[in-house]
Amino acid sequence: MSCEDARMLLDAYVDGELDLVRSIEIEKHVESCKACARVVGNLRTLGSAMRSSGLYYESPASLGPRLDTALQRTGRSEARPRRFGWQLIAVAASLLLAVYFVARLSPGTLHDTSSNLVAQEVLDSHLRSLMPGHLADVQSTDQHTVKPWFNGKLDYSPPVTDFAEQGFPLAGGRLDSVNGRAVAVLVYQRRQHLINVYVWPAPGVGDAAVSDTGRQGYNITHWTRAGMSWWVASDLNSGELGTFVNLVRAGPASVPAAQ
Amino acid sequence: MVGLVQQERDPVLQQSKLARFELLVVPHMRAAYNLARWLTRNDHDAEDVVQEAYLRAYRFFDGFHGGDGRTWLLAIVRNTCYTWLQQNRKPSLELEEDMPDPDSGRSSPEALLLRSVDRDLLRQALDDLPVEFREAIVLRELEGLSYKEIGAIVGIPLGTVMSRLARARSRLEKALVGRARSGGAA
Repeated sequence: MSCEDARMLLDAYVDGELDLVRSIEIEKHVESCKACARVVGNLRTLGSAMRSSGLYYESPASLGPRLDTALQRTGRSEARPRRFGWQLIAVAASLLLAVYFVARLSPGTLHDTSSNLVAQEVLDSHLRSLMPGHLADVQSTDQHTVKPWFNGKLDYSPPVTDFAEQGFPLAGGRLDSVNGRAVAVLVYQRRQHLINVYVWPAPGVGDAAVSDTGRQGYNITHWTRAGMSWWVASDLNSGELGTFVNLVRAGPASVPAAQ
Repeated sequence: MVGLVQQERDPVLQQSKLARFELLVVPHMRAAYNLARWLTRNDHDAEDVVQEAYLRAYRFFDGFHGGDGRTWLLAIVRNTCYTWLQQNRKPSLELEEDMPDPDSGRSSPEALLLRSVDRDLLRQALDDLPVEFREAIVLRELEGLSYKEIGAIVGIPLGTVMSRLARARSRLEKALVGRARSGGAA
Protein backbone atom coordinates (compact mmCIF):
# COMPACT_ATOMS: atom_id res chain seq x y z
CA MET A 1 0.00 0.00 0.00
CA SER A 2 1.31 3.40 -0.94
CA CYS A 3 1.79 6.07 1.66
CA GLU A 4 -0.81 8.26 -0.02
CA ASP A 5 -3.45 5.53 0.02
CA ALA A 6 -2.66 4.78 3.62
CA ARG A 7 -2.95 8.42 4.72
CA MET A 8 -6.56 8.58 3.63
CA LEU A 9 -7.45 5.64 5.81
CA LEU A 10 -5.51 6.44 8.96
CA ASP A 11 -8.42 8.10 10.75
CA ALA A 12 -10.70 5.17 10.02
CA TYR A 13 -7.91 2.83 11.12
CA VAL A 14 -7.50 4.57 14.45
CA ASP A 15 -11.28 4.68 14.87
CA GLY A 16 -11.52 0.94 14.31
CA GLU A 17 -13.80 1.47 11.32
CA LEU A 18 -11.78 -0.52 8.73
CA ASP A 19 -12.47 -4.10 7.81
CA LEU A 20 -9.92 -6.65 8.95
CA VAL A 21 -8.04 -6.93 5.65
CA ARG A 22 -7.57 -3.17 5.26
CA SER A 23 -6.75 -2.83 8.89
CA ILE A 24 -3.91 -5.35 8.61
CA GLU A 25 -2.61 -3.62 5.49
CA ILE A 26 -2.46 -0.31 7.31
CA GLU A 27 -0.85 -1.90 10.30
CA LYS A 28 1.91 -3.30 8.10
CA HIS A 29 2.41 0.01 6.37
CA VAL A 30 2.59 1.94 9.61
CA GLU A 31 5.25 -0.43 10.92
CA SER A 32 7.52 0.54 8.07
CA CYS A 33 6.59 4.20 7.59
CA LYS A 34 7.71 6.67 10.21
CA ALA A 35 5.63 9.55 8.90
CA CYS A 36 2.41 7.55 8.97
CA ALA A 37 3.33 6.13 12.35
CA ARG A 38 3.60 9.67 13.65
CA VAL A 39 0.20 10.57 12.20
CA VAL A 40 -1.30 7.56 13.92
CA GLY A 41 0.42 8.50 17.17
CA ASN A 42 -0.93 12.02 16.94
CA LEU A 43 -4.44 10.81 16.22
CA ARG A 44 -4.31 8.57 19.26
CA THR A 45 -2.90 11.35 21.42
CA LEU A 46 -5.55 13.77 20.22
CA GLY A 47 -8.29 11.22 20.84
CA SER A 48 -7.27 10.49 24.39
CA ALA A 49 -6.70 14.20 25.05
CA MET A 50 -10.26 14.90 23.96
CA ARG A 51 -11.70 12.14 26.05
CA SER A 52 -9.75 13.09 29.16
CA SER A 53 -10.06 16.87 29.06
CA GLY A 54 -13.49 17.28 30.54
CA LEU A 55 -14.85 18.59 27.26
CA TYR A 56 -18.21 16.93 27.91
CA TYR A 57 -20.80 19.49 28.92
CA GLU A 58 -22.93 18.07 31.71
CA SER A 59 -26.55 19.11 31.63
CA PRO A 60 -27.68 21.34 34.51
CA ALA A 61 -29.77 19.69 37.23
CA SER A 62 -32.72 21.89 36.37
CA LEU A 63 -33.00 20.55 32.83
CA GLY A 64 -34.66 17.23 33.72
CA PRO A 65 -37.58 18.77 35.66
CA ARG A 66 -37.92 21.42 32.98
CA LEU A 67 -38.26 18.84 30.21
CA ASP A 68 -40.63 16.84 32.37
CA THR A 69 -42.94 19.79 32.79
CA ALA A 70 -42.83 20.67 29.12
CA LEU A 71 -43.51 17.08 28.10
CA GLN A 72 -46.37 16.68 30.52
CA ARG A 73 -47.94 19.78 29.09
CA THR A 74 -47.51 18.55 25.54
CA GLY A 75 -48.72 15.09 26.51
CA ARG A 76 -51.91 16.59 27.83
CA SER A 77 -52.61 18.77 24.83
CA GLU A 78 -51.37 16.18 22.32
CA ALA A 79 -53.26 14.74 19.44
CA ARG A 80 -54.98 17.75 18.03
CA PRO A 81 -55.21 18.78 14.38
CA ARG A 82 -51.90 20.23 13.28
CA ARG A 83 -52.96 22.92 10.84
CA PHE A 84 -53.80 25.41 13.59
CA GLY A 85 -51.21 27.20 15.62
CA TRP A 86 -49.79 25.51 18.64
CA GLN A 87 -51.04 28.08 21.14
CA LEU A 88 -54.54 28.14 19.71
CA ILE A 89 -54.74 24.42 20.13
CA ALA A 90 -53.36 24.59 23.64
CA VAL A 91 -56.07 27.10 24.54
CA ALA A 92 -58.76 24.96 22.91
CA ALA A 93 -57.46 21.90 24.71
CA SER A 94 -57.52 23.66 28.07
CA LEU A 95 -61.07 24.82 27.45
CA LEU A 96 -62.10 21.31 26.55
CA LEU A 97 -60.42 20.00 29.66
CA ALA A 98 -62.12 22.63 31.79
CA VAL A 99 -65.55 21.84 30.36
CA TYR A 100 -64.88 18.14 30.77
CA PHE A 101 -63.94 18.39 34.40
CA VAL A 102 -66.66 20.83 35.34
CA ALA A 103 -69.20 18.48 33.85
CA ARG A 104 -67.64 15.52 35.59
CA LEU A 105 -67.19 16.87 39.08
CA SER A 106 -69.59 15.87 41.76
CA PRO A 107 -71.36 18.91 43.19
CA GLY A 108 -70.53 20.04 46.68
CA THR A 109 -66.77 20.03 46.43
CA LEU A 110 -64.48 22.62 44.98
CA HIS A 111 -66.94 24.57 42.89
CA ASP A 112 -64.49 26.97 41.48
CA THR A 113 -63.29 26.04 37.98
CA SER A 114 -59.75 27.25 38.47
CA SER A 115 -59.57 25.22 41.65
CA ASN A 116 -60.65 22.20 39.66
CA LEU A 117 -57.89 22.69 37.18
CA VAL A 118 -55.32 23.12 39.91
CA ALA A 119 -56.68 20.01 41.63
CA GLN A 120 -56.23 18.08 38.39
CA GLU A 121 -52.71 19.43 37.99
CA VAL A 122 -51.94 18.43 41.55
CA LEU A 123 -53.28 14.96 40.88
CA ASP A 124 -51.30 14.67 37.63
CA SER A 125 -48.20 15.75 39.45
CA HIS A 126 -48.89 13.27 42.24
CA LEU A 127 -49.28 10.43 39.71
CA ARG A 128 -46.12 11.52 37.92
CA SER A 129 -44.24 11.51 41.19
CA LEU A 130 -45.09 7.83 41.61
CA MET A 131 -43.15 6.96 38.45
CA PRO A 132 -39.63 5.71 39.13
CA GLY A 133 -37.13 8.44 39.82
CA HIS A 134 -39.66 11.25 39.92
CA LEU A 135 -40.55 11.41 43.57
CA ALA A 136 -37.91 13.64 45.09
CA ASP A 137 -35.10 15.89 43.96
CA VAL A 138 -33.73 15.96 47.47
CA GLN A 139 -34.18 12.83 49.50
CA SER A 140 -33.88 13.42 53.17
CA THR A 141 -35.84 12.89 56.32
CA ASP A 142 -34.21 15.94 57.83
CA GLN A 143 -36.18 19.16 57.52
CA HIS A 144 -32.93 21.10 57.91
CA THR A 145 -31.66 19.46 54.73
CA VAL A 146 -34.86 19.73 52.75
CA LYS A 147 -35.66 23.35 53.55
CA PRO A 148 -32.30 24.86 52.51
CA TRP A 149 -32.39 22.78 49.32
CA PHE A 150 -35.14 25.06 48.03
CA ASN A 151 -33.02 28.17 48.55
CA GLY A 152 -32.41 29.94 45.28
CA LYS A 153 -34.73 27.62 43.40
CA LEU A 154 -37.92 29.44 44.30
CA ASP A 155 -38.92 33.01 45.03
CA TYR A 156 -40.23 31.95 48.42
CA SER A 157 -39.18 29.70 51.24
CA PRO A 158 -41.58 26.83 51.86
CA PRO A 159 -42.31 25.86 55.46
CA VAL A 160 -40.84 22.42 56.09
CA THR A 161 -41.64 20.36 59.17
CA ASP A 162 -40.99 16.71 59.86
CA PHE A 163 -43.92 14.86 61.44
CA ALA A 164 -42.05 11.61 62.06
CA GLU A 165 -43.07 11.53 65.69
CA GLN A 166 -46.68 11.70 64.70
CA GLY A 167 -46.22 8.87 62.19
CA PHE A 168 -45.78 10.94 59.04
CA PRO A 169 -42.03 11.06 58.38
CA LEU A 170 -40.68 13.55 55.86
CA ALA A 171 -39.20 11.71 52.85
CA GLY A 172 -37.87 14.58 50.77
CA GLY A 173 -38.78 17.45 48.51
CA ARG A 174 -38.81 18.41 44.87
CA LEU A 175 -39.63 21.23 42.51
CA ASP A 176 -42.68 20.92 40.35
CA SER A 177 -44.76 23.12 38.13
CA VAL A 178 -48.37 23.68 39.11
CA ASN A 179 -50.75 26.47 38.28
CA GLY A 180 -48.23 27.99 35.92
CA ARG A 181 -45.47 28.45 38.47
CA ALA A 182 -42.63 26.58 40.07
CA VAL A 183 -43.73 25.23 43.42
CA ALA A 184 -42.23 23.40 46.36
CA VAL A 185 -43.45 19.86 46.94
CA LEU A 186 -42.80 18.14 50.26
CA VAL A 187 -43.04 14.39 50.31
CA TYR A 188 -44.23 12.54 53.41
CA GLN A 189 -44.70 8.88 54.05
CA ARG A 190 -47.30 6.90 55.92
CA ARG A 191 -46.54 3.19 55.80
CA GLN A 192 -46.53 2.41 52.05
CA HIS A 193 -48.51 5.52 51.19
CA LEU A 194 -46.95 8.68 49.85
CA ILE A 195 -48.27 12.13 50.55
CA ASN A 196 -47.34 15.03 48.32
CA VAL A 197 -47.74 18.46 49.88
CA TYR A 198 -47.75 21.43 47.51
CA VAL A 199 -47.32 24.91 48.88
CA TRP A 200 -46.94 28.26 47.21
CA PRO A 201 -47.67 31.89 48.07
CA ALA A 202 -51.12 33.19 47.23
CA PRO A 203 -50.86 36.88 48.06
CA GLY A 204 -54.14 38.69 48.47
CA VAL A 205 -56.13 35.49 48.71
CA GLY A 206 -58.19 35.20 51.86
CA ASP A 207 -58.03 32.16 54.09
CA ALA A 208 -60.06 29.25 52.80
CA ALA A 209 -61.20 26.34 54.90
CA VAL A 210 -60.13 22.80 54.16
CA SER A 211 -61.97 21.23 51.25
CA ASP A 212 -61.62 17.65 50.12
CA THR A 213 -62.22 15.98 46.84
CA GLY A 214 -61.71 12.46 45.60
CA ARG A 215 -60.38 11.88 42.13
CA GLN A 216 -59.55 8.58 40.50
CA GLY A 217 -59.17 6.98 43.89
CA TYR A 218 -56.92 9.68 45.33
CA ASN A 219 -57.73 12.17 48.02
CA ILE A 220 -56.94 15.79 47.38
CA THR A 221 -57.19 18.41 50.07
CA HIS A 222 -56.85 22.14 49.68
CA TRP A 223 -56.79 25.17 51.93
CA THR A 224 -55.39 28.67 51.99
CA ARG A 225 -53.93 30.18 55.08
CA ALA A 226 -51.79 33.18 55.88
CA GLY A 227 -51.19 33.93 52.23
CA MET A 228 -50.05 30.43 51.34
CA SER A 229 -51.98 28.04 49.15
CA TRP A 230 -51.74 24.38 50.19
CA TRP A 231 -52.63 21.23 48.29
CA VAL A 232 -52.22 17.70 49.60
CA ALA A 233 -52.55 14.61 47.41
CA SER A 234 -52.36 11.00 48.51
CA ASP A 235 -53.90 7.57 48.21
CA LEU A 236 -54.05 7.44 52.01
CA ASN A 237 -57.55 7.02 53.44
CA SER A 238 -59.33 10.26 54.18
CA GLY A 239 -59.35 9.68 57.97
CA GLU A 240 -55.57 9.47 58.31
CA LEU A 241 -55.07 12.14 55.69
CA GLY A 242 -57.30 14.40 57.78
CA THR A 243 -55.04 13.80 60.77
CA PHE A 244 -52.05 14.69 58.65
CA VAL A 245 -53.69 17.84 57.32
CA ASN A 246 -54.44 18.97 60.86
CA LEU A 247 -50.78 18.45 61.78
CA VAL A 248 -49.61 20.49 58.83
CA ARG A 249 -52.07 23.25 59.63
CA ALA A 250 -51.24 23.32 63.30
CA GLY A 251 -47.50 22.77 63.11
CA PRO A 252 -44.89 25.43 62.62
CA ALA A 253 -45.40 24.72 58.96
CA SER A 254 -48.54 26.79 58.88
CA VAL A 255 -46.51 29.92 59.47
CA PRO A 256 -44.86 30.95 56.22
CA ALA A 257 -41.24 31.85 56.65
CA ALA A 258 -40.11 35.11 55.16
CA GLN A 259 -37.36 34.87 52.58
CA MET B 1 -66.48 13.29 16.48
CA VAL B 2 -66.86 13.46 20.19
CA GLY B 3 -65.75 9.85 20.50
CA LEU B 4 -62.71 10.54 18.39
CA VAL B 5 -61.74 13.54 20.45
CA GLN B 6 -62.12 11.55 23.62
CA GLN B 7 -60.09 8.70 22.28
CA GLU B 8 -57.30 10.99 21.18
CA ARG B 9 -57.30 12.66 24.52
CA ASP B 10 -57.44 9.41 26.42
CA PRO B 11 -55.14 9.98 29.41
CA VAL B 12 -54.26 6.29 29.55
CA LEU B 13 -53.03 6.26 25.96
CA GLN B 14 -51.16 9.48 26.50
CA GLN B 15 -49.70 8.13 29.70
CA SER B 16 -48.38 5.02 27.96
CA LYS B 17 -46.89 7.07 25.13
CA LEU B 18 -45.24 9.30 27.69
CA ALA B 19 -44.03 6.28 29.65
CA ARG B 20 -42.51 4.75 26.52
CA PHE B 21 -40.94 8.07 25.64
CA GLU B 22 -39.49 8.35 29.13
CA LEU B 23 -38.02 4.88 28.79
CA LEU B 24 -36.51 5.18 25.31
CA VAL B 25 -35.65 8.83 24.82
CA VAL B 26 -35.44 10.68 28.11
CA PRO B 27 -32.32 8.79 29.32
CA HIS B 28 -30.30 10.42 26.52
CA MET B 29 -30.72 13.92 27.88
CA ARG B 30 -27.04 14.07 28.82
CA ALA B 31 -25.94 13.38 25.24
CA ALA B 32 -28.58 15.74 23.88
CA TYR B 33 -27.38 18.58 26.07
CA ASN B 34 -23.71 17.99 25.30
CA LEU B 35 -24.34 18.08 21.55
CA ALA B 36 -26.61 21.13 21.78
CA ARG B 37 -24.10 22.92 24.00
CA TRP B 38 -21.25 22.33 21.54
CA LEU B 39 -23.32 23.37 18.53
CA THR B 40 -24.90 26.49 20.04
CA ARG B 41 -21.83 27.35 22.15
CA ASN B 42 -24.05 28.78 24.86
CA ASP B 43 -25.53 27.28 28.07
CA HIS B 44 -28.85 28.99 27.90
CA ASP B 45 -29.47 28.38 24.20
CA ALA B 46 -28.47 24.75 24.61
CA GLU B 47 -31.19 24.26 27.22
CA ASP B 48 -33.79 25.93 25.01
CA VAL B 49 -32.75 23.84 22.03
CA VAL B 50 -32.88 20.61 24.04
CA GLN B 51 -36.36 21.45 25.27
CA GLU B 52 -37.52 22.28 21.75
CA ALA B 53 -35.92 19.07 20.46
CA TYR B 54 -37.64 16.99 23.13
CA LEU B 55 -41.02 18.46 22.26
CA ARG B 56 -40.37 17.77 18.58
CA ALA B 57 -39.21 14.28 19.41
CA TYR B 58 -42.35 13.68 21.42
CA ARG B 59 -44.50 14.87 18.53
CA PHE B 60 -42.68 12.57 16.11
CA PHE B 61 -42.51 9.72 18.59
CA ASP B 62 -45.35 7.79 16.97
CA GLY B 63 -43.10 7.45 13.94
CA PHE B 64 -40.27 5.96 15.97
CA HIS B 65 -40.44 2.22 15.63
CA GLY B 66 -37.72 0.91 17.85
CA GLY B 67 -34.04 1.19 17.07
CA ASP B 68 -31.54 3.32 18.90
CA GLY B 69 -33.26 6.06 20.88
CA ARG B 70 -30.03 7.96 21.25
CA THR B 71 -29.28 8.22 17.52
CA TRP B 72 -32.88 9.12 16.82
CA LEU B 73 -32.93 11.83 19.48
CA LEU B 74 -29.51 13.24 18.53
CA ALA B 75 -30.63 13.64 14.90
CA ILE B 76 -33.55 15.74 16.13
CA VAL B 77 -31.33 17.73 18.49
CA ARG B 78 -28.92 18.33 15.67
CA ASN B 79 -31.64 19.55 13.30
CA THR B 80 -33.10 21.77 16.00
CA CYS B 81 -29.65 23.26 16.55
CA TYR B 82 -29.28 24.01 12.86
CA THR B 83 -32.66 25.70 12.76
CA TRP B 84 -31.62 27.71 15.77
CA LEU B 85 -28.27 28.60 14.19
CA GLN B 86 -29.97 29.77 11.01
CA GLN B 87 -32.32 31.98 12.98
CA ASN B 88 -29.76 33.41 15.32
CA ARG B 89 -26.54 33.67 13.45
CA LYS B 90 -25.30 34.95 10.17
CA PRO B 91 -25.25 32.04 7.79
CA SER B 92 -21.80 30.57 7.85
CA LEU B 93 -20.00 29.70 4.68
CA GLU B 94 -21.04 26.42 3.19
CA LEU B 95 -18.57 23.66 3.61
CA GLU B 96 -17.16 22.45 0.37
CA GLU B 97 -16.31 18.85 0.94
CA ASP B 98 -14.26 18.37 -2.20
CA MET B 99 -12.14 21.47 -1.88
CA PRO B 100 -8.81 20.71 -0.37
CA ASP B 101 -8.24 22.53 2.86
CA PRO B 102 -5.61 25.18 2.23
CA ASP B 103 -3.99 24.41 5.54
CA SER B 104 -4.53 20.69 5.52
CA GLY B 105 -2.17 17.91 4.69
CA ARG B 106 -0.03 15.89 6.97
CA SER B 107 3.14 15.94 4.95
CA SER B 108 5.47 16.63 7.85
CA PRO B 109 3.63 15.99 11.06
CA GLU B 110 5.14 16.93 14.32
CA ALA B 111 4.73 14.61 17.21
CA LEU B 112 1.94 15.73 19.50
CA LEU B 113 2.69 15.08 23.12
CA LEU B 114 -0.22 14.35 25.34
CA ARG B 115 1.30 16.11 28.30
CA SER B 116 1.66 19.27 26.26
CA VAL B 117 -2.01 19.37 25.30
CA ASP B 118 -3.62 22.29 27.02
CA ARG B 119 -7.25 21.64 27.91
CA ASP B 120 -8.46 25.19 27.45
CA LEU B 121 -6.66 25.41 24.16
CA LEU B 122 -8.24 22.18 22.99
CA ARG B 123 -11.69 23.40 24.02
CA GLN B 124 -11.10 26.66 22.20
CA ALA B 125 -9.81 24.92 19.08
CA LEU B 126 -12.87 22.69 19.00
CA ASP B 127 -15.13 25.68 19.55
CA ASP B 128 -13.48 27.44 16.62
CA LEU B 129 -14.10 24.62 14.16
CA PRO B 130 -16.86 25.03 11.56
CA VAL B 131 -20.02 23.54 12.97
CA GLU B 132 -20.00 20.54 10.57
CA PHE B 133 -16.54 19.56 11.78
CA ARG B 134 -17.41 20.26 15.40
CA GLU B 135 -20.43 17.99 15.39
CA ALA B 136 -18.46 15.14 13.82
CA ILE B 137 -15.79 15.40 16.52
CA VAL B 138 -18.29 15.70 19.36
CA LEU B 139 -20.27 12.69 18.17
CA ARG B 140 -17.16 10.59 17.61
CA GLU B 141 -14.82 11.55 20.45
CA LEU B 142 -17.19 12.62 23.21
CA GLU B 143 -20.18 10.43 22.41
CA GLY B 144 -18.17 7.49 21.07
CA LEU B 145 -20.51 6.89 18.12
CA SER B 146 -19.61 4.82 15.06
CA TYR B 147 -19.28 6.30 11.57
CA LYS B 148 -22.56 4.66 10.69
CA GLU B 149 -24.37 6.31 13.61
CA ILE B 150 -22.79 9.68 12.86
CA GLY B 151 -23.79 9.34 9.21
CA ALA B 152 -27.37 8.62 10.26
CA ILE B 153 -27.51 11.60 12.62
CA VAL B 154 -25.91 14.10 10.27
CA GLY B 155 -27.41 12.61 7.09
CA ILE B 156 -24.16 12.08 5.19
CA PRO B 157 -22.44 9.01 3.69
CA LEU B 158 -19.75 7.14 5.60
CA GLY B 159 -16.98 8.47 3.37
CA THR B 160 -17.98 12.02 4.22
CA VAL B 161 -17.99 11.17 7.93
CA MET B 162 -14.44 9.92 7.55
CA SER B 163 -13.18 12.91 5.60
CA ARG B 164 -14.84 15.41 7.94
CA LEU B 165 -13.28 13.74 10.95
CA ALA B 166 -9.90 13.66 9.25
CA ARG B 167 -10.03 17.33 8.36
CA ALA B 168 -11.37 18.33 11.75
CA ARG B 169 -8.62 16.46 13.54
CA SER B 170 -5.99 17.87 11.27
CA ARG B 171 -7.14 21.36 12.21
CA LEU B 172 -7.22 20.57 15.90
CA GLU B 173 -3.76 19.09 15.73
CA LYS B 174 -2.40 22.15 13.97
CA ALA B 175 -3.97 24.44 16.54
CA LEU B 176 -2.40 22.47 19.37
CA VAL B 177 1.04 21.95 17.87
CA GLY B 178 1.27 25.51 16.58
CA ARG B 179 0.23 26.97 19.88
CA ALA B 180 2.45 24.72 21.92
CA ARG B 181 5.43 25.73 19.81
CA SER B 182 4.74 29.46 19.93
CA GLY B 183 3.82 29.16 23.61
CA GLY B 184 7.07 27.36 24.29
CA ALA B 185 9.09 29.99 22.49
CA ALA B 186 7.45 32.89 24.25
